[in-house]
Amino acid sequence: MLLGQMVSGLFEAFKLIIEGDPEIYTIIFLSLRVSGIALFIATAAGVPLGAWLGLTGFPGRRLVVALVYTGMGLPPVVVGLVVFMLLSTTGPLGSLGWLFKVPGMILAQSIIALPIVAGLTMSAVGGVNKNVKQQLVALGASPAQVRWATLSEARMGVIAAVLAGFGRIVAEVGAVMLVGGNIQYRTRVLTTAIVLETRKGNFGMALALGIILLIISFFVNAAVLRLHRKELGES
Amino acid sequence: MSAVYKLEGVKHNYDGRTVIDIGHLEILEGEIFGIIGPSGAGKSTLLRLLNFLEPPRQGVIRYRGTAYSAGNMPSLDVMREITTVLQKPALLSTTVFNNVVYPLRIRHKRPDPQKVALMLQRVGLTKLGHVRASSLSGGEAQRVALARALIFNPRVLLLDEPTANLDPANIAVIERLVREFREETKMTVIVVTHNVFQARRLCDRVMLLHEGACVEVNDARRFFESPKHALSRAFLSGEVIF
Repeated sequence: MLLGQMVSGLFEAFKLIIEGDPEIYTIIFLSLRVSGIALFIATAAGVPLGAWLGLTGFPGRRLVVALVYTGMGLPPVVVGLVVFMLLSTTGPLGSLGWLFKVPGMILAQSIIALPIVAGLTMSAVGGVNKNVKQQLVALGASPAQVRWATLSEARMGVIAAVLAGFGRIVAEVGAVMLVGGNIQYRTRVLTTAIVLETRKGNFGMALALGIILLIISFFVNAAVLRLHRKELGES
Repeated sequence: MSAVYKLEGVKHNYDGRTVIDIGHLEILEGEIFGIIGPSGAGKSTLLRLLNFLEPPRQGVIRYRGTAYSAGNMPSLDVMREITTVLQKPALLSTTVFNNVVYPLRIRHKRPDPQKVALMLQRVGLTKLGHVRASSLSGGEAQRVALARALIFNPRVLLLDEPTANLDPANIAVIERLVREFREETKMTVIVVTHNVFQARRLCDRVMLLHEGACVEVNDARRFFESPKHALSRAFLSGEVIF
């Protein structure tokens, strides 16, 4: 029964993609747009933050690190709730008018991805061999050049951090559901559409959307793996 | 020859344990100076102090006449005259070519392809310029590290057990390169080695370091043929290991 549903879901997924169902394409592109922009923001803020935490010592660093690690496990639904309250008409950011709109969803997903990108970048940078840093100084690198080279040495770890952030937000449902409201053609993304179709009893359609989500994740991971293999000089 | 380094009352410690305690030491411009001693004698720490990678807790290190101490470390320009090749070559995860030209790039100098090609040829890596450094053997990696250190003509080259893990053929190549470049550029070479035979082959003068202190500094031939200090004799006869 389950296997049959999965097979029919797979067929339905390909049918929806090949037939060019406009709603499906709207959902796919909105998912990629929201998660893509949120990931860009989280990367732009999280990589420098993680690199800074991994490379420098300062009073209170442990507290900041603890906060980042805690943030890595933030439940998306809690983030959604907080962002909902901030953006609601009585909230401090209500005047922006972002509730039930794409910018609100991007904000929520950026908050979810930021600590993941920052925390894993910090680990990657901190894991670079100390001999390399000492050697860079001995070769005459300035402190800024040492930091840049160390970040470059940790690049595969940084890419993995960004990838982990993408995996987390493209698959989350709680925050986008609360902040976006799952409005057809406007804020409906793959995960919220899956919830809706499941509730309606359209398991085939829900499964098809899930498979599309998996295909997107697969291609993103495959692209990064290809990059990694190229980096390692493998064919 | 004038002194490139003069150490005056230099003391250094880690966690309260004294690792360097040198009252007076001069290292001369253009010489190959060997530092030998048992494990834990402070040889690598002394190299770090000479490269100004960390300041001495006490005392003064004069480099080319200018005094440097804990509160007065040299500028980046001065530090860029000195470099170290570590025992384990810490190469960047990129190609051999990019590793060799790294010191030029950080000095904002455009690498001259002919000069780089000649350097790669001299260290026997002509065909490996575009190979990733991570795929090299230990001997090849150490030759890349040496080429990277020599490409910018340092005034002082510090070698920290540069051949510790290498086979005899690679040891011979590295010793030959060090000698050749010293002759050509008149740079000062300071080499830490636990291999007394290497010190004898390579160095003009040798110092025995024991528990952070300078036991004896002497002309290499004299040091090995007629050491003055009883501890030097004991070390050379293999009686002092720690």
